Amino acid sequence: MLNCREATRLLSESLDRPLTLNERMTLKLHLMMCSGCRNFDQQMGSIRQITRLYVQGKQPPEDDSHS
Amino acid sequence: MTERAPTVMDDNPGEHSLQLLDNQFLADLRQQMLRFALLQLADHALAEDAVQEALTGALQNARAFGGRAALKTWVFAILKHKIADTLRYKLRVTDASSLLRSEDEEQDFSALFDARGHWPTNERPGDWGNPHEAVREGQFWRVFEACLENLPGAQARVFMMREFIELESDEICSAVEISLSNLNVMLYRARMRLRECLDSRWFMEQKSSC
Repeated sequence: MLNCREATRLLSESLDRPLTLNERMTLKLHLMMCSGCRNFDQQMGSIRQITRLYVQGKQPPEDDSHS
Repeated sequence: MTERAPTVMDDNPGEHSLQLLDNQFLADLRQQMLRFALLQLADHALAEDAVQEALTGALQNARAFGGRAALKTWVFAILKHKIADTLRYKLRVTDASSLLRSEDEEQDFSALFDARGHWPTNERPGDWGNPHEAVREGQFWRVFEACLENLPGAQARVFMMREFIELESDEICSAVEISLSNLNVMLYRARMRLRECLDSRWFMEQKSSC
């Protein structure tokens, strides 16, 4: 049984490598029961998206908002 | 997509190309680029060079852009490649371990979890809602940059190599000479910190204000 510390570690690693079948299954089981880690999972996805947008320079131009 | 084919287009009824070269706009853009480059290269001279090259390259084609947003996207794309090149070069020629001179790397996140390794009630991640709303706000990006700057240097660098430059884990490991498990721990800590920072300084703030 995973605890949240282990689940969050795996969720982070899933952004860097494909998880094994066993890891995916234990993770899924944990996420079914843990809303905190489900939100964490979503937030990791959001952080990646946000970072990509940042790199692409997609943030709204600051100079236009107050000129 | 028009931005992929920078041919001369003067029929844009919106911004005149001369406005693109407005000094204040350029100065602001340069400042943003420099901050971005500096975060990743941690070297003022190298950052200045990368920014200068990217800007010069982009401005030669400035008339091709329909507006400031397109120009900005373009210069940041160029800058990202310059930074990747510089980083790769720097990693080849320098003692890689100097990049990872650690600050407070030892602080771990045991405090975030209880004795059984579960979230304490007050630390349990909540729902961020739709981040697409956040990214439309200029203020959000200032919080994001502040949170990035709060990451300890070594964590910030591997995080950026992974997420900004999109290097694979094995490339980062061989470049900075750390083990995969070491890298995984550093990326995990960086993400935890960034999450915590965005959570407390943006997402939960927004929630409590409405």
